[in-house]
Amino acid sequence: MTFRSYNEIGGKDVSQIGEQVAAGRRAVALRLARVERLIAVTSGKGGVGKSYVTAMLATGLSRRGMRVGVLDADLRSPTVAAMLGAVGPLVRDETGIAPAMGSDGIKTISTSVLLADGQPLHWDEPASERFIWRGTLETSALREFLADVRWGPLDYLLVDMPPGADIASDLHALVPNIGGAIAVTLPTEESRCSVERTMTAIEEAGINILGVVENMSGYVCSECGATAALFPGSAGADLATGFGVPLLATIPFSAAEGQVAADGTHGKTLVDNVIEAAA
Amino acid sequence: MKFLCLECDQRMDFDDRQVPGDGTFGASYKCPSCGKGIAMLANEMETRLVQGLGIEIGGRTIDPEPMDFIQKTMVTKEGAFTEVGAKLPKVRWTEAGQDRLARVPTFVRGMVKRIYTDWAREQGVEEMTPDTMDRARVDLGLEDM
Repeated sequence: MTFRSYNEIGGKDVSQIGEQVAAGRRAVALRLARVERLIAVTSGKGGVGKSYVTAMLATGLSRRGMRVGVLDADLRSPTVAAMLGAVGPLVRDETGIAPAMGSDGIKTISTSVLLADGQPLHWDEPASERFIWRGTLETSALREFLADVRWGPLDYLLVDMPPGADIASDLHALVPNIGGAIAVTLPTEESRCSVERTMTAIEEAGINILGVVENMSGYVCSECGATAALFPGSAGADLATGFGVPLLATIPFSAAEGQVAADGTHGKTLVDNVIEAAA
Repeated sequence: MKFLCLECDQRMDFDDRQVPGDGTFGASYKCPSCGKGIAMLANEMETRLVQGLGIEIGGRTIDPEPMDFIQKTMVTKEGAFTEVGAKLPKVRWTEAGQDRLARVPTFVRGMVKRIYTDWAREQGVEEMTPDTMDRARVDLGLEDM
């Protein structure tokens, strides 16, 4: 018996899966219509201070009078909301979810306001087959963070990305007009190798790299104020040169809270450099 | 996915869906010519894969709640979400406004209504008419959408 193939039969899919996936993307575009710039803060590895840089940048932008939101895309290891002092519960009504409010009026969304203390991210699914759909579940949650939060008009929406390269293309699929990405690295050669892979993946995804931030680039003595090397290497400058992008800041490790907020390059602050790069 | 009635060589239409509550899923389809029906029965894994996309086979007939997928699928703490405390200003959609809204494709209609209602509350607009919808469209930067 022969019968017609899929493409020989006219009409729409009865499952309407394609239409619903496209509608999900359109919902994101509608919700973000009043967001001027979406910037992804990325790295190749964990522990480089990505969330810290995100929180510091958000605070700096907000104190310049900008309207700022932070979306914590690190669903499994969320930290940025706590740094901003944003807590739940999330308030919902029929038009959407109000973001948690962080310090300096920074609108924040994160799984950390949804999960119980000490509770890892779990989905309502059989643990034995979790690996099959974990990526799909996380992308769907990210889509709802983008589309269902009442972000309102924002000058900057910073997305604190999880470590690794793959999620950059997922974010780009949901938000085609990403304003750019900032790569955060430690000074070490190991960090340079890891972040280089992520930056290459970001470029391959068609996302503009705004620049590099080197974190923990030295240690500031709390007594004499002198800066000494904390790690060997110059990954920040090397990556910036290699990719032809600016080195936005070199941030020393400092015991004095808030001391690093002004550190930047070329005589400007990190905030100045990001505003200039994203303009 | 499409279903073909081999006797009539006709594409079958979506008819109904069933969620029996055991993690599986069923959808029925009918031939528009002979009326013959079939049921597609998906096992738990297949059902999960589709749910993971935050969609429903056959299309949604009811607008999902905000963060519907997260609330149904992510294991969240008790009280992670709460209803709005203060009573929000009511926004009335006039008949003409509803007619205009009905021209928006079904899958995004709910979202468009949310965005416009949210805008109306911000602006103190009590009634959504074609005129206020035009204002919202410009204000929200949706002219090209």
